[in-house]
Order: sequence, then C-alpha cells, then structure tokens
Amino acid sequence: MKLTGAQIIWESLIQQDARLVFGYPGGAILPTYDALYDYQDRVRHVLVRHEENAALAADAYARATGRIGVCMSTSGPGATNLVTGLANAMMDSSPIVAITGQVASPLVGTDAFQETDVTGVTLPVTKHNYLVMNIEELPEVLAEAFYVARSGRPGPVLVDICKDVQQNSMEYTPVTSVHMRGYRAVKPMHQQDVPSLLRKARTLIDQSQRPVILAGQGIKHAGAHNELSEFISKTGIPVATTLLGIGVLAEDHPLNLRMMGMHGEAYVNKAIANADLLIALGMRFDDRVTGNLSQYAKNAKVIHVDIDAAEIDKNVHADIGIVGNVKDILQALTPMVAATDHSNWMKTIGKWREDTWSRDVLGQELPDEILIAPHVIRGVWYATEGQCIVCTDVGQHQMWETQYFQHIRPNQLITSGGLGTMGFALPASIGTKLGRPNDEVWAMAGDGGFQMSIPELATVVQEKLNIKIAIINNHFLGMVRQWQDLMHNKRYSQTRMWTPDFQKLAEAYGILGLRATTQSEAKQVIAQARAHNGPVLCEFVVEPEMNVFPMVMPGKALDDMARREPAALGTGFDAVK
Amino acid sequence: MLVDHAATRQHHQKHTLVALVENKPGVLNRVASLFRRRNFNIDSLAVGTTDDPQVSRMTIVVDANRTSAELVESNLYKLVNVIDVQDVTQVPAVMRELALIKVHVANTQKRGEIKHVVDMFQSRVVDVCKDSLIIEVTGDEEKVDSMLAVLDEYGIVEVVRTGRIAMARGAVNTIAQHEEVVFSTNGAEPE
Repeated sequence: MKLTGAQIIWESLIQQDARLVFGYPGGAILPTYDALYDYQDRVRHVLVRHEENAALAADAYARATGRIGVCMSTSGPGATNLVTGLANAMMDSSPIVAITGQVASPLVGTDAFQETDVTGVTLPVTKHNYLVMNIEELPEVLAEAFYVARSGRPGPVLVDICKDVQQNSMEYTPVTSVHMRGYRAVKPMHQQDVPSLLRKARTLIDQSQRPVILAGQGIKHAGAHNELSEFISKTGIPVATTLLGIGVLAEDHPLNLRMMGMHGEAYVNKAIANADLLIALGMRFDDRVTGNLSQYAKNAKVIHVDIDAAEIDKNVHADIGIVGNVKDILQALTPMVAATDHSNWMKTIGKWREDTWSRDVLGQELPDEILIAPHVIRGVWYATEGQCIVCTDVGQHQMWETQYFQHIRPNQLITSGGLGTMGFALPASIGTKLGRPNDEVWAMAGDGGFQMSIPELATVVQEKLNIKIAIINNHFLGMVRQWQDLMHNKRYSQTRMWTPDFQKLAEAYGILGLRATTQSEAKQVIAQARAHNGPVLCEFVVEPEMNVFPMVMPGKALDDMARREPAALGTGFDAVK
Repeated sequence: MLVDHAATRQHHQKHTLVALVENKPGVLNRVASLFRRRNFNIDSLAVGTTDDPQVSRMTIVVDANRTSAELVESNLYKLVNVIDVQDVTQVPAVMRELALIKVHVANTQKRGEIKHVVDMFQSRVVDVCKDSLIIEVTGDEEKVDSMLAVLDEYGIVEVVRTGRIAMARGAVNTIAQHEEVVFSTNGAEPE
C-alpha cells in the first residue's frame, strides 16, 4: 500500500497503540496534521495552548499509565518549546516520543523560516533523537523510537521529520522487527557475576542490624511492587522512598518510613544516617536525597541495584553494585536471605517518629482563620479517602503534599522530581485525567507555578476534562522565599507575587471558581468542588510566610536538619496520622 | 560515602577505551556532547574508519585521576549509536600515536644534528625546506614527548599529534562486534 510519510506516522502510532497525542500544529508539521483529519476516529489529538505543556502532559500520561506518551509540534519555536518537557522526562526517566516537523530536506542548514537544529538542541535532554531526511527510513525510525523510549531505563526520544518526508510516498508495510546495531536496553555486564554478587548481598543483609531499603522509581518501572513487598515481609527491613518512589509501597504499610531527603521527615533521614546497610533499589542517590555526600550514611555498607550501569558508583560508592532489572534481582534474592526480625531497629525508628509527630504543624491548634497549605492537602486526602491522584507543581506545596497526603496506590502522585519544572501541575493533570479517566484527579499548584500554565485551562475546557484544581496561594514564590528567609536574611528579592482574581479567571473560562480563606471554608470548597460535575478552580488563600520543615540545608549532613519546634499536640484540623 | 574517583583509580592513571560506533552523521557530536555535559576530562580522542564501512572506531584516553574510566565507559555505552566500548588498559595491546613536528633549521650544521636525532628516534623526515624540516614520528606518548623535548632547543615551529590509537595483541579482536539485536515492534523484549 502506498502511503505518504504523514500517513505512515499515524499508522505507526496506531501500531504502537499510541492513540493519544498532545500537540500543536504549524507549518513544517502541516502535512501530518492534514493526514490526521482522516485518522480522527482512531487517534485522539489534544490541542494544548503551548508546546511545553504537550510534552509535560505526555510525560504525566506516561507516569500515570505506564504507557508511552506522545507529543507533536512544528519546527523551530514549536520544537524548542518542547525542550523543558523533554528535559523533565529525561531527568525522571519518563518514556515519551516527541514528533517534530522540520523544514524540507533541501532547506536544512540554510536558516530557513522556522528552522532550528532540533536534534542538536535536544541532544542532551533526550535518550536518543533522530532527524529523518529520507522517507525510506521513516517506518524503522518510528519503531525504534518507541522501543528505545520504553526499554531499559526509559526516557524521551525525539523524531524530527522533514516536511518533504511527510509529503513523499512509499510502499508501506508495517514494521514487525527492527535491527539495532548499537542499542542494548541494559548494558551486558560480561564481568558481572550475578550469583556471586547476590551471595555477597545476602551475607550483608543477613548480618545487618540496622538496614534500610532506599526504594526509587525503578521499582515502578520494573513492576516490582510485589517483589518488594515479599522481600520486606521476609526480612522486616524498613523502606524509605525517593520522591518518585512514592507509591512503590503503600504508605500505610508499617515498614514504609515514607520519603527521605531534603524535606523527608527527620526520623527517615535519621534512620538512613544511622543505618549499617543501605539497599538502594532503582534509585540514583540524587543530591536532594543524600545531603552532604561526604557525611552520608558513614557507617553503612551499600548494595545498589539499578538498570543503568552508569548510576552505580556515580555519587555513592556501592560495596555491591548490581546492574539489572530490580524485579529479577529481588526474585532471586528473596529466597536466599534469612527471615529476620528488625523490631528493635523499628522501635528505635519509632521513637524518632514520635518526635516528628510532636512537631507536626497539624497537631497545633490554629484558629479557623489561619489556613495553611497542609490543611488543604490533608483536607483533599481526607475528603477523597486518600484515593484521588494528585498532580503537583514544584515548591513548598509539593513537599507538603509528600508529607500530608498518604499515598496507598502506585502512581498516585504525579510530580516533577529531578528537573523541578514549575508549571507542571495543570498539564500533568490533563495527561493524567486522559490516561485514567475513572480516577479523581487533583492538580495542586502554587500561585507561581499555576500562573505559568494558566493557558491550559482552555485545554481543560475544550477537552471537557473533569479536573479539580487547587491553587495554594501565598502570594509568594514560596520555596524561593523560604530560602531567602533562611539563607539570605529575608531579602525577598522578586518573590512577592501579585495574582489575578482566580474566580473571575475561572468564570472567563466558563468553569466553576471557588475561594477559601479559612479552615472551615477550605473544607466546604473541597466538598463543593468534588460534588461539581466538571472542572473546578479552587483558590486557597494561605498564610504567606510559612516554611517547610524539616529541611536539610545545602551542604549539611542528611540528619542535620532544620526543624520546627515541638508543640503540644492538639486536635487541629482532622489531625489524622 | 562520597565516591572518591581519584582514590579508586587503578594502577594505570591513564585509561584507554576503545569504542565501536555506527558510522552515522552526528555520532562524534553525541560523544563530544556527552563528555562536555558530564564534565569528563579526556586526554585524547582519535576517530577513524574500520574495515566495516558502517562502523567507526574511537580510541579515548581518560585521565583516571580526574574522571572515572568506568563512568565514561558506562555513559558511552548508553549512547544508542555506540556498538561497544571496552577498557583495554589491562589488555596487552599496541598503543601508538603519530606526530608531525616542524622544526626550524638555522644552518647546515643544525640540519645534520637534527637528522641524527631523527635517526635515534627511528623517525623520519617527510619534508625539507631551506630553513625548516617536518619530522614524522610514531610511538607511544612518552617517545613523542621525549623527542619533542630534544627538538625543543632547535626551535619547534608547530606540532600536530593524532592522539592514541590502540589494538590488542594476538589473534583476538580488541573489542567484540556483538551480533545485531532484533526486536519485534509489538512490545516484546528482544531475544
């Protein structure tokens, strides 16, 4: 069958079962959008209002569903607008495929209208990218792009397709297999003797008195949730998670210590600092997780399992480093290790945990008119019985979300980790809602991050998406202000922020707008938003200057944390532990 | 628990990596971009074709005092166009560099002296002019370095060096050309 390049693009997406595309048309991608006209019954295209949000929505869709997210844009500015979204997916190992139009192949290199060297620009922020100048390559390249994006350590792949390639025709047969000479999903470790490494790991695990598992997103990518549960059921070893590892083990599990790192609770970081063995599973020892490396877990041996060989020994020396799929490794390891009892170790951690509770801001009696972000987050958790999906932005509210929302299901928190991309929440909620239409989806953003993606309200309306949006408005760039408070002598340089009347804004977009300034209003607004069948924009006006604690200040050891003073426990706002 | 890459260096401070890469446009750019963004310190990088027109071969010398050779190897391997990488530092191998050295010749007597140096280094003169010579020397870096030191007093006009290339001794291939992986596009993992 003779098809145009544009038709081959859609046929390839359908073959990959990628029937949802976030995109924005333009000159160099026009032939593909023209072909889409005849594929609308088989592919859903979501018209975003800025290409960055196409990439972020595709990324969130991938996180929420475990499938590949697809975004599309034109050449030049359309493609450069994708860059932040690609970098976001790269840092957080999210499988997305980006398709961009490029000027016609004879014009490449001539500074043609809307020409940018997109493969050059996106080289450091993609797992791989392709420039297609000849239609004969197109079917294989698209098949490769999907394979590379999802296999091994997942990541974004960009395919830049010249306009004439989209217009030309060729005899098309679906690609059923692709030969790749260079790519291996996992580096073959010829020197690595896995059985011997596992035996050594078993010895360390059996002998340890104070072990902690550091669980990252690799568990999720490997689908090793059950293997992790079985491993800890047998060994009784507690689990601390990274930000992206939240949800790999239910947070109400007695062995789940919850999130570690810069804004992890103090008892979690203390457990890591005092551990004699760290078992790192599918995580990469990000600086936000370790604090000062030279003082990190000084007395601990380290077992590090990761699918990416380049992560072993990158930041933290591994006494035993194993390159491989964490699911396979755990399946092999669990039968080998002894059933152990770490109840004493858990008791020690439990004591530290009580100290954390005594400093919980929600344990304090605050008058009704003082509304703080933790009230809102705990309020949404409580009202939804902890079942909704939360898409956060970046900053203070994001850290409070990890502290005050108890995640019990996988993929319940969709958040930008490594890159810390402000403006993520709203496009992420669009991608998430489309991927999981039956789940209740809340976008939570600060007033700063939300103002970065306001235009996507139009997308929410146009696509008729039932998304609940919570703007936590402190009239500041809260986290930056916090650093200015703690490290720059309260010199609030450019962090005070005027915000529009969000209720009127909602009205302009034809959606319900609500506003709360007190704790009781917050409860009502959350209930009202949930009862409304359609998108709702809720503004929560919170205390302007409140800091996220605990906090590992830059350069400090992980357990040397700035803390909130202990307070008498009160009833507070549904102070549910 | 900081990884002290300098302390973990092995006996050799200079590591020689050999990489086979697909001979496609932009591959050298991908490698160079990787070194830059990972802040890897590279002493030299030599690239050339092989007996297979689809494959180019790179020899990369890493100063292990400043950069972990293992991290360079793992990161290179992650590039989709890199077929294989191997650290041949511990493998018995022939390592060579070629240099062209242009030397100022003040007079006939100096010319005779320089010819003597050239003979001692088993190198050769490849260009002769009224007041200069170009010398071609092949060997390991130390040999080239010491020849440059000796020639320095005559007045070196310019120097070009290729960077190290390496090949394992014996009948075995320096680096495995592993078989192609075929994967199906329906989502199944490769065989």
